[in-house]
Amino acid sequence: MTRSGVIGWALAGPALGVIAVFFAVPVAMGLALSLTDFDLYALADLSTLRFVGIDNYLRLLRTPLFWQALGNTFYFVLVGVPVSIGLSLGAALLLNARVARWQAFFRTALFAPVVTTVVAVAVIWRYLLHTRYGLINQGLAGLGIDPIDWLGDPHWSMPSIILFAAWKNFGYNMVILLAALQAVPRELYESARVDGAGPMRQFTDLTFPLLTPTLVMVGIMTLAGYFQLFAEPYVMTQGGPLRSTLSVLYFMYEEGFRWWNLGYASAVAFMLFLIIFAVTAGLLRFDRDPAAS
Amino acid sequence: MGATRRQALQTLAAGAAIASLAGCGRRDDPKGPLNFWAMGREAEVVAELLPAFRARHPGVDVHVQQLPWTAAHEKLLTAYAGGSLPDLCQLGNTWLPELVALDALEPLDGRIAESKIPRDDYFGGILDTNVMPVVGGTRVFGLPWYVDTRLLFYRSDLLRAAGHSKPPESWSEWTAAMRAVCERGGARHYGVLLPLNEPDPLFALALQQGPLLADDDTRGAFAQPAFRRALGFYAGLFAQDLAPAMTAAQISNVWDEFARGLFAFYVSGPWNIGEFRRRLPRERQSDWATAPLPGPNGPGLSTAGGSSLVIFRSSRRKAAAWHLIAYLSEPATMERFHALTGNLPPRRSAWSAPALATDAPSQAFARQLERVQAAPKIPEWERIFQEMQLAAERVVHRAQSIEVATTQLDASVDALLEKRRWLRARALASAAPR
Repeated sequence: MTRSGVIGWALAGPALGVIAVFFAVPVAMGLALSLTDFDLYALADLSTLRFVGIDNYLRLLRTPLFWQALGNTFYFVLVGVPVSIGLSLGAALLLNARVARWQAFFRTALFAPVVTTVVAVAVIWRYLLHTRYGLINQGLAGLGIDPIDWLGDPHWSMPSIILFAAWKNFGYNMVILLAALQAVPRELYESARVDGAGPMRQFTDLTFPLLTPTLVMVGIMTLAGYFQLFAEPYVMTQGGPLRSTLSVLYFMYEEGFRWWNLGYASAVAFMLFLIIFAVTAGLLRFDRDPAAS
Repeated sequence: MGATRRQALQTLAAGAAIASLAGCGRRDDPKGPLNFWAMGREAEVVAELLPAFRARHPGVDVHVQQLPWTAAHEKLLTAYAGGSLPDLCQLGNTWLPELVALDALEPLDGRIAESKIPRDDYFGGILDTNVMPVVGGTRVFGLPWYVDTRLLFYRSDLLRAAGHSKPPESWSEWTAAMRAVCERGGARHYGVLLPLNEPDPLFALALQQGPLLADDDTRGAFAQPAFRRALGFYAGLFAQDLAPAMTAAQISNVWDEFARGLFAFYVSGPWNIGEFRRRLPRERQSDWATAPLPGPNGPGLSTAGGSSLVIFRSSRRKAAAWHLIAYLSEPATMERFHALTGNLPPRRSAWSAPALATDAPSQAFARQLERVQAAPKIPEWERIFQEMQLAAERVVHRAQSIEVATTQLDASVDALLEKRRWLRARALASAAPR
């Protein structure tokens, strides 16, 4: 090895060591665990531990509840990510508008939900969404709409969770998008106006293309985060009603820490990892292609 | 989301660290303080019972640690895995099978006999939840500390107005009473509140019909006629609009709604005696009562819940731990405990105290406690219990028929119990003569 190679390894060594101890080894152990039926009985007596190969994965694929959890998670991601980013983008555009006043105040106010505690705001949202006394249903009643059982009706529970999650998270992306918007040189808008582009045209042909890299980054982060949906249903609905808000991560938590089927829960974790990996990889490719052409 | 998960992991890690520190102290010092884990309100109150114990056993210093109920189960299993269990613990009696399967609990038969604690003073069904099968017989692994069962809380005024002066004793009387109340009350009035997220009421009704598991508790028996009858009655209450298809979360305040007369019956447990007294308006205080749970043909069985006191095998101060359990199990201590918490005592002799003997709502519990039955004693039960309620929820929401739901339930229960069948086959094979 060359001298610089040795120095390189020496410099990277500590970081690699940390990654190995805190990432590679646990992941390898998790993978090994997912190939066994480690459960309560194995915890008591290791001789009852059975190597089951990929049986956990096959069983998972045959478990209707897993598919339901996966369906719920995709529902949450496919609706929640666009809604959340749409809200962030809308709020960022409003804050960035020239006519906007008290920008600093609104920026802070809109960012506030991000720094609140999920558990605390969930209590408030449960009141807002209450069927009989909730503010939302009272507002709807004013419009002549019958009360909706937001958290108790299996059809409305996931939209309620999406609404809650989008409200809780949009401020974070808003700040990133706002920074990207403020980085767009004002001269470009001036020349666009000279060329006769209206506000709509300015947005589609100028703002949006310049914002695309940031949007993709924000999209991937939000996607990866939203796939790991857990806290919102945990505090709002406990996965109900009729398991309509059970996410894959919630399913894993129940299997692992409630029922102590650690082997099976590890298989769920790996499945979720593969899904997130595949989806984000796809999204990155989608981002690169137009740039390459 | 990501952040919350990280926080959860940090909490777990911190918990493990604390647990291991506690473990170090314990192992080094067999004469150190007695570690007692208790949960929720009981942990707050037990300190008030300790001065009398200290006076009697000056050498034993008791250290009570409070666990929140929601985290207790995880914490116990983590402590087991980490070898840092306390000396003794308050344990929900449906958790005993799990810890017995882990071989974490100390059998108490010898000590009970030595201390001359009369076993038959305990309500039979309640004590039985602590009796577990072991190789070559059964052993007692815990002593009941307080009891829990489900029965009827009802609006006696609404019932009287609807022409029923006595609480119902059978399913048919109960249905008739609910119909009468609903007809009188009109729309938006229901007979009974059975929160859809609570499995206990359905479980009590099912106990009245027959066993829920078959083949030495290694297969489900939910598709058998017994359970189908119970589920048919339960789901029928919703189908006939006698019960609202709601979860507890949807009714933000059960007591307000009960006072308003949204429902006339509520199937609930002993803690609600205190809650009803505290939370119902004064003018409603004479309008409610309790009654044992109706059965198919007369007074029926209900669930045998509550908490027990157990000693862990790993403890090095078992004698001292037993002194504390024996003290907490004395009728006089139980009476004080009831005065402090409202928890009902498991020993009949403790029920002669005036606070219980003359208290009408409690007396219905005393009658019910003579008719309670333990849940199947397997670690998987808690999960089967939840699956049962999910199946019932599907039937109530008319997503599935009773036939389909119970057949599916049996299939998933059989899958859950696969390891038990394997373990049993293995045990049989090793016991068979070669």
